[in-house]
Amino acid sequence: MKIAQKLLNSVRPHFKEGGRFEKLHPAFDALETFLFVPGHTTSQGVHVRDAIDLKRTMFTVIVALVPTLFFGMWNVGYQHHLAYGMEASLVDSFLFGFWKVLPIIIVSYAVGLGVEFIFAIVRNHQVSEGYLVTGLLIPLTMPVTIPLWMVALGAIFCTVLGKEIFGGTGMNFMNPALLARAFMFFAFPAYMSGDIWTDLSPEAGHVLVDAYSGATNLVTFDANFTKLPSAADMFWGFEQGSIGETSAFACLIGALILIGTGIGSWQIIVSCVVGVLVMGLFLNALAPADMPTHAMHTPAYYHLLMGGFAFGAVYMATDPVSAAQTETGKWIYGLLIGMFTVILRVFNPAYPEGVMLSILLMNVFAPLIDHLVVEQHIKNRKKRA
Amino acid sequence: MSTETTPVAVVEEKKKEGLFSKKNLRVLRDPLDDTNPVTVQILGVCSALAVTVQVKPAIIMALGVTVVTAFSNLIISLIRNTIPNRIRIIVQLIVAAMLVTIVDQLLKAYMFDVSKKLSVFVGLIITNCIVMGRLEAFALAQRPWPSFLDGIGNGLGYGIILVIVAVIREVLGSGSVLGFKVVPQWLYDMGYVNNGLMMLPPAALFLIGIFIWWQRSRNRKLINAS
Repeated sequence: MKIAQKLLNSVRPHFKEGGRFEKLHPAFDALETFLFVPGHTTSQGVHVRDAIDLKRTMFTVIVALVPTLFFGMWNVGYQHHLAYGMEASLVDSFLFGFWKVLPIIIVSYAVGLGVEFIFAIVRNHQVSEGYLVTGLLIPLTMPVTIPLWMVALGAIFCTVLGKEIFGGTGMNFMNPALLARAFMFFAFPAYMSGDIWTDLSPEAGHVLVDAYSGATNLVTFDANFTKLPSAADMFWGFEQGSIGETSAFACLIGALILIGTGIGSWQIIVSCVVGVLVMGLFLNALAPADMPTHAMHTPAYYHLLMGGFAFGAVYMATDPVSAAQTETGKWIYGLLIGMFTVILRVFNPAYPEGVMLSILLMNVFAPLIDHLVVEQHIKNRKKRA
Repeated sequence: MSTETTPVAVVEEKKKEGLFSKKNLRVLRDPLDDTNPVTVQILGVCSALAVTVQVKPAIIMALGVTVVTAFSNLIISLIRNTIPNRIRIIVQLIVAAMLVTIVDQLLKAYMFDVSKKLSVFVGLIITNCIVMGRLEAFALAQRPWPSFLDGIGNGLGYGIILVIVAVIREVLGSGSVLGFKVVPQWLYDMGYVNNGLMMLPPAALFLIGIFIWWQRSRNRKLINAS
């Protein structure tokens, strides 16, 4: 630590005003505050003092993401070995997945942070920590087979059009990571849907097992929901899907961390779940009786376990910037996310990943919801007065 | 309306101004950048989303709109003092509709395939906000020649955006320009894939948005004072 401090102190003058690399000082600043507690003190006015700043907030989310990340890495290896009918130990599966997922994460961070640094230097503002979480969320929402240059393109798209264009971290009205996924979903549909969820790089001496099918649960259930894996398998996450989304259990751990630390809003998570259940039960009641395998018959709680709902509800919907801000607003926001998710999944097989689209849609509506809630509140107060 | 006052001003100006005086040139040139109909006036965006998947329809559409705006401006400006104020919108519509019908019939006669691609959008030039916008904002109060130039300028300003957006969309979306392959085969062999988003209308919205961003950061005049 001391060495790093000395090094930073020795190069600092170059980045100060009048120094050789004055232009690059946002980059220097970012690195310095990332390593050490910032030394700035407030110079005027009253400020709230709190141990939690943006950096710590973001880091807590990273910690909450670790379970899904590790489980995702293991599952990548597990699915791969399953497809080839191989016996593999826990460590083998994890390592296989680790080496497959790591490049995606590195590309996502390198490209996204690169764009952030360029913008910070050109616009002369500080590099913010917002990308720390986005950079990890992007790989977790991708299938493991995604070509790396597409990840890079998605990262550029979401940082520039999702964030910087509106003024950087905290100004984005949509979740940047989901924007990246939506961009890639529409830009490269062949690489974001279909038989691409399991890494099928050839294994010497093994061939694909006959039972292998590339379809994810979200595709399966539209045709015949009784063919879904057991609820327990879906809960633990032994299924195909994007890297981070398969295990509802891992997401649950993440949710507990987020709620326990007060970073994520429990209202949003709970209301998302309630929304899904309500809509699921409603569709169950309406489902045609003469078609026992119709998607509308799917038990409501299956929707919580399938696909990316758990991941989206825990890590994406709770994004404090793009979610609704008022307490009542959060409930409305979450409920609608849950309901739209089920509706999209059941009635629109072309876009199986309903949770992505419904969160983005509600991101757009969040300010409106807040506005209406506040207006209603004012009205109620006036009535009482 | 100011039917009595304008002719006086016109007579005065007529003596001073040449055909391509500085003022007239500005009328022609401004819509290309400073007052661009798509990116600054935000008019005619819907058709810009619809016809820019490929370059060829975009160029034809741009020419069509230029002809319609120019001549409808000219005609309306010629008869501006005789149009009763109350029914001016209907009169403008009739003039625009007549010109659009002519353009449509010409396209059908000589470029049937393009006309099919543009389908309903040629007919919808009638409701293109640029045409009505320029008639209301400019032609009704200006002499014929500047109105004509304004029409051409706005048509070209619209056309520039259309062609820029269409070139980007066609290169990224189908790897070609005007039907000629520009993305080399070896790139595809290396794993490059055409961008499916570019074939969808939202892509044009993104591109126009980026263009507005770039234009405003370059052209300080456009930044709102607020």
